[in-house]
Amino acid sequence: MSIAVSGEREELRKLVAEFARNEIAPVIGDFYERGEFPYDIIAGLGQLGVFGLPFPEEVGGSGGDYFTFCLALEEIAKVDSSVAITIEASVGLGAMPIYRFGTPEQRERWLPKLLAGEMLGGFGLTEPGGGSDAGSTQTRAVVDGDEWVINGSKAFITNSGTRITGFVTVSAVTGTKPDGRKEISTIIVPAGTPGMTVGKEYSKVGWRASDTHELAFDDCRVPLSNLLGERGRGYAQFLEMLDEGRIAISAVATGLAQGCVDESVKYSHERQAFGRPIGANQALAFQIADMEMRAHTARLGYYDAAARLLAGEPFKKQAAIAKLYSSDVAVQNARAATQVHGGYGFMNEFPVARAWRDCKIFEIGEGTNEVQRMLIARELGLPQ
Amino acid sequence: MNIVVLVKQVPDSGAERQLTADGTIDRENATRVINEMDEYAIEEGLRLADTTGGEVTLVTMGPDEATESIRKALSMGAHKALHVLDPALHGSCALATSRVLAQALQTINPDIIICGAESTDGRVGALPAMLAERLNITALTGARKLTVEDGSATIERQLDDGYQVVQGSLPAIVSVWDTINEPRYPSFRGIMQAKSKPVTTLSLADLNVDPSTVGSAGASTEVVQHAPRPPRQAGVKIVDEGDAGDKLVEFLLAEKLV
Ligand SMILES: Cc1cc2nc3c(=O)[nH]c(=O)nc-3n(C[C@H](O)[C@H](O)[C@H](O)COP(=O)(O)OP(=O)(O)OC[C@H]3O[C@@H](n4cnc5c(N)ncnc54)[C@H](O)[C@@H]3O)c2cc1C
Ligand SMILES: Cc1cc2nc3c(=O)[nH]c(=O)nc-3n(C[C@H](O)[C@H](O)[C@H](O)COP(=O)(O)OP(=O)(O)OC[C@H]3O[C@@H](n4cnc5c(N)ncnc54)[C@H](O)[C@@H]3O)c2cc1C
Repeated sequence: MSIAVSGEREELRKLVAEFARNEIAPVIGDFYERGEFPYDIIAGLGQLGVFGLPFPEEVGGSGGDYFTFCLALEEIAKVDSSVAITIEASVGLGAMPIYRFGTPEQRERWLPKLLAGEMLGGFGLTEPGGGSDAGSTQTRAVVDGDEWVINGSKAFITNSGTRITGFVTVSAVTGTKPDGRKEISTIIVPAGTPGMTVGKEYSKVGWRASDTHELAFDDCRVPLSNLLGERGRGYAQFLEMLDEGRIAISAVATGLAQGCVDESVKYSHERQAFGRPIGANQALAFQIADMEMRAHTARLGYYDAAARLLAGEPFKKQAAIAKLYSSDVAVQNARAATQVHGGYGFMNEFPVARAWRDCKIFEIGEGTNEVQRMLIARELGLPQ
Repeated sequence: MNIVVLVKQVPDSGAERQLTADGTIDRENATRVINEMDEYAIEEGLRLADTTGGEVTLVTMGPDEATESIRKALSMGAHKALHVLDPALHGSCALATSRVLAQALQTINPDIIICGAESTDGRVGALPAMLAERLNITALTGARKLTVEDGSATIERQLDDGYQVVQGSLPAIVSVWDTINEPRYPSFRGIMQAKSKPVTTLSLADLNVDPSTVGSAGASTEVVQHAPRPPRQAGVKIVDEGDAGDKLVEFLLAEKLV
């Protein structure tokens, strides 16, 4: 399985790299420090067409593909992964389910602005009581006349409270299946709907320039037509989305890992100790060589999963491996990069400090690494 | 309106640059970018096209690799491009460059030509004036603002201590500084569309230019010698022992800085 980064993919990759270097790198540290959402950067990336990359032009997309989208995410994450995750969540969790499962009306209403980056979307699956066990959803939605009435709460929802948040799609129990299991569906809740309370921004260890809130639903009413996809298929639908999303998360983790290499190479030229640049010490050079090896292999992992996705082949296992491996690599590289930077690596104004604070979430978000191992084991047919 | 923007590909001024044995810039091994000032020229051309409903044609003279810059400018939104490409052009001086570009421009008949005030590699800054002379059109150089109406162009000409308002009739060539606008980034859709935009390649023969009058062969100037800039000297450190003020003044006077 192989996939080529050439032609317009390569041009786009370079363009996003240039944008990240010129427009994100100089300012993002301050946003991050203040825990402030970088609206202008998001708007700029919208104009570049990044949010529309995996969608065809008929629905307002840029006419690229999912792989090209991942390349863009990697380039952004080399500089800052909280910006990359904002895009990943809006595209993968906000727009993609609507594109895949939405009615023509839902597509028309939400996609154009989402794909232009003028609006953000989110997906509320995790609840305060649990995320890994996604089937244990407590949030309920019942039909009352021509409306759904939603009650419950969601935790850690990305993109749920920005000025430009358009909606959050939430998973909720809508009944009981004939076999006695919960019937779970997904429902689009527009921002500002009465009965939905957006909690205050969490105080996060990392990803501080991204937007994350708890949501509370108290007799929150939306039209029946806000049901996304088939009733009772919600669980299956979002699991399908998460498979794909893991490739994108892996691209973001790979970007973080590569950013650590790039910063370390630069610093090991500049910093002098014992009368020579620190990079001239083999002990340090080897650490950086290992970092490069890990970032490279992580990249191969998500390239392969993306190639399968584009070719219409099964990619569940490969996506889980890519996510699992690249998040591991992100943590290892962030740790090594901090070491290369010595005391300065522990200072917030150095980009590697952001990498250190951000890397851990990759082992947790969009399916913990334990969950990835469960998926891989299941794909291998191990006894359940 | 028929708008032409001149675009030159240059080695990235932010990266390490090298000269080859013959004293010309090593373009092949450099990180190649659109001359920074030309990005502003492209943006100004695109804005003018938006308001007047015109088309932007890019004109560049340069080696094969210059197509990279053409593609980038096309993906920003320019409509088509003309690339003057000929091995005999290697080592061309500013005079020869202006001769070739003037010939190329005559095939287009532009109402307005917009270009950078100077390139970051040659920094001759004379091409706009040379082209105006050869084409016998208005020269409006060093603009920080441009307005075009009723067959004339008006610029605010940027000076060290202020600006002049200069007006002239079209056709005109306008060179711009980086104070004039904020260039846009291309978009992915722009990148896709650029693939099908027409790029015409012309050789010296196509333009009826005698190869012996251009390139290293016909150069009016020659790089006789070159040396790398000496490394920066360490600064003077003044430690305050009660007399730092005096020492500072002494230093500034000695360096003729005050
Ligand atoms: C910044 C941030 C943004 C997020 N954005 C979103 C979002 O937009 N939408 C959304 O829905 N969620 C989001 N999440 C939630 C995230 O997906 C969950 O935190 C994650 O899935 C884990 O769920 P949990 O926190 O409830 O942990 P738990 O499920 O409680 O897990 C706790 C620990 O137990 C382990 N564990 C659980 N079950 C098993 C098992 N069977 N075998 C072995 N180990 C097990 C887990 O791996 C983990 O280590 C976000 C989280 C963060 C921190
Ligand atoms: C180190 C060095 C070596 C040189 N080697 C030689 C040599 O060996 N022999 C010799 O005679 N001359 C040589 N030159 C001169 C060099 O070739 C000139 O730089 C070139 O002719 C154009 O001048 P410029 O780029 O400085 O133009 P400027 O007048 O500074 O450029 C202004 C604008 O004109 C446009 N423009 C300029 N060039 C082009 C182009 N090719 N295509 C399209 N638009 C363009 C751009 O919009 C640019 O922003 C050398 C100069 C230097 C500094």
